Amino acid sequence: MKRRDFLRSTGALGVMGTAGGLSAPALLLGTSSASAQVLGDDIPVGLLFSLTGAVAVVEHTLHDASLMAMEEINAAGGIHGRMLRPIIEDPASDPATYADRARRLMIRDKCISVFGSYTSASRQAVLPVVEQRNNLYWYPTLYEGRECSRNVMYGGAVPNQQQDNVIAWAIENFGPRFYLLGNNYVYPKEENNYCKSLLAELDGEAVNEEYVPMGHSDFSSIINRIRTEKPDVIFSTLVGDSDVAFARQYLAAGLDPTQMPVLSLTRSEVEVKAIGGEAAAGHFSSAPYFMNTSTPENEKFVEAYKSKYGGDAVTHFVSEAAYFQVYQFKAALEKLDPGNVTTETIRAAAVGTELLAPQGSVLIDENLHTHLWPKVAEWQSDGQAKVILDSAERVAPKPYAAYEGQTCTGAGLVET
Amino acid sequence: MDVVFNQLFAGLSMASILLIIALGLAIIYGAMGVINLAHGEFVMLGAYTTWACQHYLGFGILLSLPFVFVVVGAIGWLIERTIVQRLYDRPLDTILATWGIGIMLQQLVRIVIGPESRFVSGPDFLRGNLEIGNVVMSNYRIFVIFFSIAVLLATWALLTKTEFGTKLRAVIQNRSISECYGIESKRIYSLTFAYGAGLAGIAGTLITPLFSTIPTMGTSLVVDAFLVVIIGGLGSIIGAAAAAVMIGELTAMFSLVINDTLGRIGVLACVIVLIRLRPRGLFPENTRG
Repeated sequence: MKRRDFLRSTGALGVMGTAGGLSAPALLLGTSSASAQVLGDDIPVGLLFSLTGAVAVVEHTLHDASLMAMEEINAAGGIHGRMLRPIIEDPASDPATYADRARRLMIRDKCISVFGSYTSASRQAVLPVVEQRNNLYWYPTLYEGRECSRNVMYGGAVPNQQQDNVIAWAIENFGPRFYLLGNNYVYPKEENNYCKSLLAELDGEAVNEEYVPMGHSDFSSIINRIRTEKPDVIFSTLVGDSDVAFARQYLAAGLDPTQMPVLSLTRSEVEVKAIGGEAAAGHFSSAPYFMNTSTPENEKFVEAYKSKYGGDAVTHFVSEAAYFQVYQFKAALEKLDPGNVTTETIRAAAVGTELLAPQGSVLIDENLHTHLWPKVAEWQSDGQAKVILDSAERVAPKPYAAYEGQTCTGAGLVET
Repeated sequence: MDVVFNQLFAGLSMASILLIIALGLAIIYGAMGVINLAHGEFVMLGAYTTWACQHYLGFGILLSLPFVFVVVGAIGWLIERTIVQRLYDRPLDTILATWGIGIMLQQLVRIVIGPESRFVSGPDFLRGNLEIGNVVMSNYRIFVIFFSIAVLLATWALLTKTEFGTKLRAVIQNRSISECYGIESKRIYSLTFAYGAGLAGIAGTLITPLFSTIPTMGTSLVVDAFLVVIIGGLGSIIGAAAAAVMIGELTAMFSLVINDTLGRIGVLACVIVLIRLRPRGLFPENTRG
């Protein structure tokens, strides 16, 4: 019995293998023809967010927001009557596994797009796979803005969208002396490079630039140094637990946010929940979205999120992007003839797509990054952010803004 | 000059937290020869128990301390009775076993309580600073320093002034002869392991207002604690105290002169040199045999 089952399944595998073998030349020859597919009754899309491991804390919320958007779309009748079929993989916070699972989603499950990941490390691990398979990868996180792939749709802010208006505002309100503090990896360093170029333009000054290892949790020396240097602003790109520990030790050390506020590019409602409202109050974050943004779209988003995932669940500036990217995908597909869905046509249809996201109306640039609405908010003791500076207009994404002679365009990276 | 004093205080504050964690580790190693890689997870369990006390019962941190000591101590006792006790004749296997226990505890917390960082509020009356001239010392950190000294003294008294301590030292000296005198070495071991775990739990409670309470929080702490135990001389309580102060202050001073990241490298380099010169640590226990 068992033996017969075994033979049957290996036989089936053999047939599949032959079929795969036959189609291999097509796969190898033309990338675009290989990824062309006629949509069936449903539309397979990949969801590649870690549900276990170190970054699960944040990625779980992105997974939840994306999945919610897909379920909303299906409940409203799908795309041209076709339902989205989310295929969920858990890459367990490990970059190599991200690449492996992305490949599986694209080859085995024939996903026409994959939504996923939070850290730059995981995006960069997936990058060769999406480029090789010529697929589209929808990445919702803010990042350092030094990448220009034709296969990644960037939904989060790049440095110019998080810093341009904020740095000038902080100098005006608090003073020109900045203490740059971040974790020791690429994102904080690139953001700080951009910050220093802005400071140089605005007669500001970086009194110190310091990086601590990921997960660093004892900030007593740094707090002493901050006390000695007396900067006007602590410009923070600390992430996760380091940010939580720093904020709590700042409070325990009795420093005063009205004298020396922390201006963070990375602190969202998720971190503040762990920091505690009291330790977060009086400090600032710069991001395109905060949970209590008052737009009808956001009220609907937050309400739906809370009723699905519990009353104390929070939305934040990455989960918002994870949510609206699914709608951007829908908007792009709606423009297409179901018989002509390829990576090229989805991308072409997506560029210029404008839709009302919870933060406001967002638009996909030809460089595949997104036009967003920068905001500065002051954290309140109830753990929510009060928006105190709302940009008057939408800001275009400028990847490579800190690098002269390099621009990301619709044709890829252009060097002059 | 104020900068140096401020930094000396920061070093002492790091040392006090390290000391409480390392003390449990040192006792468990000194008494039983068990290298307990799950010690960091006991610290983590202490932090989560504190969170539970506050979240469900409304206890402040100080009120939680005895509960945490008992709860984490009981978990340690259970682990000793079920797993570690079977491995006393295979000291190297205890490394693997306790490492596995640590992973299981982490995953258990992640599954049962969830992966996100938990918030524990610090005691209100310890808010603010004590300022002497330009030297600013956080009240909470002063409290932690004194508390760790008290824990050190209590542990010393337990080992030297009580019947339990006498029995424990007898078992350490020679287990089979002590058993001939009617000392139940297994029971002594279980209690010692429980006490060490309880100390780690207390350390977990004390760091909750300063650190982020997550399932993996113990991993990095246990590395520093091992450093303290090795430099202090395996199993030596006085050595652990001296080494904790040394590492705390060294880290603070390097951090003052260079920065935290390079400072850390500097500290590790000093540790390597020190181990080369004094392979058995600062205060080796010469009585073991």
